[in-house]
Amino acid sequence: MEIVEALSQGIWIALQPHNLGLAVIGVVVGLFVGALPGLGSVNGVAILLPFTFVINSATADPASPMIFLAAIYYGAMYGGAISSITLGIPGASTAVATTFDGRPMALKGEADRALVTAAVASFIGGTVATLFFTGFAPFLSSVALDFGNPEIFALMLLAFATFIGLGGDDIPKTLFSICFGLLLATVGFDQISGEPRLVFMNEREQLAVLETFGVANADESVPFFNSVGWFSRGIQFLVLAIGVYGIGEMIWTINASRYKITMTETEISFARIMRGIIGMKDAWKGTTIGSLLGFFVGILPAAGATPGSLMSYGVTKMISRDPKSYGQGNPDGVAAPEAANNSASTGAMLPMMTLGIPGSPTTAVLLAGMVIWGLEPGPRLFEDRPEFVWPLIGSFYISNIIAVLVNLAFIPLFLWVLRMPFTILAPVIFVLSIIGTYAAYDNMYDVWLMVLFGIGAYLLRILDYPLAPAVLAVVLGATAEEKLRQALLLSDGNFEVFYNPFFDRDGKGQEWWIAPVTTWIALILIALPIILWGVRKLRGAPRPTTE
Amino acid sequence: MRRAEILTAIFLALISAYLMWKSGEGPEWDTEYVRWSNIGVNIDGSGPGKGFWPFYLALGMLISTIWIIVNAIRRQSPPSQSDEPFMDGYAKKMLLFVGGGLIAFLVLIDLISMYAAIAVFMLYYMLFLGRHPLLLSVVTSLVVPFWLYLFFDILMTKVQPKGTRWIEDTIYNPAGEFFRGQSLVMLLVFFAVSGAILAFSARASRQ
Repeated sequence: MEIVEALSQGIWIALQPHNLGLAVIGVVVGLFVGALPGLGSVNGVAILLPFTFVINSATADPASPMIFLAAIYYGAMYGGAISSITLGIPGASTAVATTFDGRPMALKGEADRALVTAAVASFIGGTVATLFFTGFAPFLSSVALDFGNPEIFALMLLAFATFIGLGGDDIPKTLFSICFGLLLATVGFDQISGEPRLVFMNEREQLAVLETFGVANADESVPFFNSVGWFSRGIQFLVLAIGVYGIGEMIWTINASRYKITMTETEISFARIMRGIIGMKDAWKGTTIGSLLGFFVGILPAAGATPGSLMSYGVTKMISRDPKSYGQGNPDGVAAPEAANNSASTGAMLPMMTLGIPGSPTTAVLLAGMVIWGLEPGPRLFEDRPEFVWPLIGSFYISNIIAVLVNLAFIPLFLWVLRMPFTILAPVIFVLSIIGTYAAYDNMYDVWLMVLFGIGAYLLRILDYPLAPAVLAVVLGATAEEKLRQALLLSDGNFEVFYNPFFDRDGKGQEWWIAPVTTWIALILIALPIILWGVRKLRGAPRPTTE
Repeated sequence: MRRAEILTAIFLALISAYLMWKSGEGPEWDTEYVRWSNIGVNIDGSGPGKGFWPFYLALGMLISTIWIIVNAIRRQSPPSQSDEPFMDGYAKKMLLFVGGGLIAFLVLIDLISMYAAIAVFMLYYMLFLGRHPLLLSVVTSLVVPFWLYLFFDILMTKVQPKGTRWIEDTIYNPAGEFFRGQSLVMLLVFFAVSGAILAFSARASRQ
């Protein structure tokens, strides 16, 4: 009963004009970002995060900035389908599976039906997941209240292990990306000893360099030369996130698309939309599987919506009576990934809000945002900040309704925007990335670093280095180190505290088994690819690939 | 692609090794400090030192880069199996023009202010890389920074770099005085009017 009361109050606050307005703007922005090829929820959220610092200071409501970003997240999940179907290129990685059947439907002249199926399935997936979220979150956070340092570190280890075991990317490259991200987070001042670390030039050396170039004590209005401090400022999270997702991804998309995009003509009208909604009865199986499976994959730390939608597509196809119709334009094949990516994006919020561990790259950005707004993500959030948590959950329900309505009503407008030349869009994204980074930190050093990271990220991406693990790692880095060091301090440097359930922890919490179990699951996930490789070797020749 | 993969991994391995070495460094003021004495897991009963975590992370980076090099030499990773060049002619040219444009943009921010740099960058991109009509390019590269100026500097008072003192005094100070004196409704009117001009120029350019 308590939950119903808190939720109804939360929905009421989320319905206040300023929050409702932010949700509508967020959903519309998200739909555009999701629909634009190459840009997904994580790009939108990373590039627009600096704008929320402004919202945060303009409204007194602590939930407002998060409502805005969560709405972008949802909107992007809906929007991704639009370009998957009409352009045949996924608007975001979360909508890759939507192209499998969405594109064939469009080529058969059923683009309108595919778009409506995607929108309605997204709505159902999102709403089912929000109901689960409302039920699970308070319970999970009350369990997590007893977590100590070893538990939290073990959960973070699990998040990184998920990338290695389930990410599907090259293992050493994933490992490199994780270590690199964690290492970036250590640059600056050590939080425990207060001493500088990995600071490549102290102020004296910086001044010496500037003097060599004859620019020391330059005109005061030239900001870069006065932003002394450089690496001792640390490497801000947004610098990496905007660099990777704003600059790097955009350069990648320019190269991949070569500015050329062709679009399927789509007819859309009220009657066609209604026909599409009635046609949903043929897609109930995909919608159901996507909604359920997506949520649980989304909860896994670091998994997120992309594996959720791919797995749901696979499972729906596997249990279908007619698996051959998949890939030919089966509505179930559109409904499953679309329901799943929305469901997973809500699922991914669950570990972020209750444990402080993001379930996807986008939630990693949201988590960093929460820290900047002065909130502490984790189990205490539900106890200490109900005025933040419940309006946000309320807004999940409302944003879903807004998203489906806006999506269906403005399909023609989105199709028009997709025709916008990439050579206008790309510079605008670059400009927003740069001005956003400056607005966040008031320092040109961060902007330079951001652009250099972006160009580096593009080069690494050509060589298949996954960069989402690095972004997640740089967000979690400081906490991971703190928890590890505190746990080791209390155990006198004994690592058994993480993996031995019988290790004697004085004044241990009742969840003493959680850290060992989590650590072991993480270790198995890390070992999984190696075990599978060994099994294949033992069996002899590699298995022939089957369709 | 294989050569690029190996060279990149060697470069990253060198960085990793340097970071390991750097992690062992002590505080600047401590002349008695012996390198590597801060990477232990339990130093004098007070837990891991400040170099512990970065040192082992850098070690992890080094191990994974060596693994990547071995995989590439044995042609086990997709890039090392690919015969495609690391970057073809188009990609190289694109990176030069786009990346170079971005670097020039950053240099210009320091010299001629954020908003003027945005205008120059947009104009360069649309006219030179996008080959859009002159009218549309000029109007877009004026309207976009104007909107951003109204949003950041005026509405949200998030002040952006203003270039040299002369530019600030002659352009931004009078402009700031004028716009800050306007009501919210008037600012929205400025937004809308400039948007209408942009839409008009887009339409005119299409014909």
